Amino acid sequence: MNTLIALAYLLAAALFILGLKQLSSPKGARNGNFTAALGVVIALAATVPLLHFTSAGKTIVAIGILVGATIGTVGARMVRMTAIPQMVALFNGVGGGAAALVAVAELLRLGVHPPFAEVLPSVFSIVIGSISFAGSMVAFSKLQELMTGTPITYPGQQVVNLLLAATIVGFAIAVLAIASIPFSFISLMVLALILGVAFVLPIGGADMPVVISLLNAATGLAVAATGFTLDNFALIVAGTLVGASGSLLTKLMSDAMGRSLANVLFGAFGQVRAGLTAAGTGGQARSVRSASAEDLGTLLAYSQRVIIVPGYGLAVAQAQHAARELADVLEKRGVEVEYAIHPVAGRMPGHMNVLLAEANVPYEQLKEMDQVNDDFKNADVALIVGANDVVNPAARTTPGSPIYGMPILNADQAKNIIFMKRSMRPGFAGIENDLMYGPNTVMFFGDAKDSLTKLVSAVKAA
Amino acid sequence: MTNELLNELTFFVLAIFVGFEVISKVPTILHTPLMSGTNAIHGIILVGALLIAAGANSPVTIVLGLVAVTLATTNVVGGFVVTDRMLEMFKGRQKPK
Repeated sequence: MNTLIALAYLLAAALFILGLKQLSSPKGARNGNFTAALGVVIALAATVPLLHFTSAGKTIVAIGILVGATIGTVGARMVRMTAIPQMVALFNGVGGGAAALVAVAELLRLGVHPPFAEVLPSVFSIVIGSISFAGSMVAFSKLQELMTGTPITYPGQQVVNLLLAATIVGFAIAVLAIASIPFSFISLMVLALILGVAFVLPIGGADMPVVISLLNAATGLAVAATGFTLDNFALIVAGTLVGASGSLLTKLMSDAMGRSLANVLFGAFGQVRAGLTAAGTGGQARSVRSASAEDLGTLLAYSQRVIIVPGYGLAVAQAQHAARELADVLEKRGVEVEYAIHPVAGRMPGHMNVLLAEANVPYEQLKEMDQVNDDFKNADVALIVGANDVVNPAARTTPGSPIYGMPILNADQAKNIIFMKRSMRPGFAGIENDLMYGPNTVMFFGDAKDSLTKLVSAVKAA
Repeated sequence: MTNELLNELTFFVLAIFVGFEVISKVPTILHTPLMSGTNAIHGIILVGALLIAAGANSPVTIVLGLVAVTLATTNVVGGFVVTDRMLEMFKGRQKPK
């Protein structure tokens, strides 16, 4: 029997690796997700013979699976495509929480003096799982805009976080060396939850994808550690795979933003956040030009080449269909239309591609940053729809700006720039954008969807 | 060190290398789905949650087990469903229209 279980776990492990491989190429990605899911199903089925149910055990397992599956399915199905990033954060957080709770339960079962080889991974799992849970919840709140997306900092923050971490290590050693009493590991859990919150608070909303990816890797490692405690190979292999691939993915993501991981995580500290104060009164000091839909419609209609730069504002306004409509009427008039997709457009890498694909925008019109950046200087109009930070020239020109060094779209090189925005409020990174005050820039205020619809009729009338 | 622990460490170390290698060439547009997919895979913690919940026999373990199973199931089910929803959008994209 045990051999069969071990073989099933091995099969599941192979399916996870295969699934990850398929997930990293566009063709096989969807199958890869199925492959990995099949791996989980097989691992779960193989675990059933290991379960010795008490009567209470039966009930709670049934209730837990029912409730969890309902929340998971309904949450994942109902969520709007724009809110996908925070959904991933939520699902990651609950996984970390589960890992920590399993470790707590196992420590309770092992009694006051558990073997070192069991208690070490349990302690690791409690700490990392709790940090991942609390951190993910903060990431969720920031993305859902339940709290401000701008970094929350205060003097001495790093010292406080460091002290927290040190206290956690102290409690961990106490649990390891002295005695494993519920008080000590519950304290450990509470402290780790606080550290999770404290760790994510100073990180800006725009950087949340990288943070979620990091916490995702952390949850993987917590799961692997729980696997060591329970002597379960499926948990060890799957958790480690996620931990390793998630760490690499985190690095790839911060590379895509042109930043180091350390800069993403600790960048808010000691930085001059110039522009933040000016942003509140935005536009009073300097003037911007704005224009009517009719003027802009004429400008667009008589252009030869228009590049649309979609951003998160387009996504929240659900304006991807309106954008496509505008592109269609322009193309009918012989205008060449392209979409310039910044790697982190939307709220996560690849997010914008998903949203535009949903609106049936032809694949060949979607241009990645490197393909399109040289085209801007030949473009008559760069139409910026709800994007901001990804076209902010400060990334090139202002050392000390939080986004300095981030690769941006060269929208500022287009002959005319139409900047569609709800207001003069700064973008998600909380930095003012000089492009709005540029001599070739025209602001067009309003909800992205309404504004695009107005432009569509204006172009038709032109 | 027991044989079992040695085996576990072997798996652990090999899995680290495989995890790094297997996704080393992922294009940017797949970063989000890949993160979401790996997120679903660590929902395997449900296996651990089941192991502790099944044998629950005291109020504390019952509460811990119930919460752990619920959270883990949410992670694994929600994770795979939301990943599939993202990847659904990519289907047929390669075909010129």
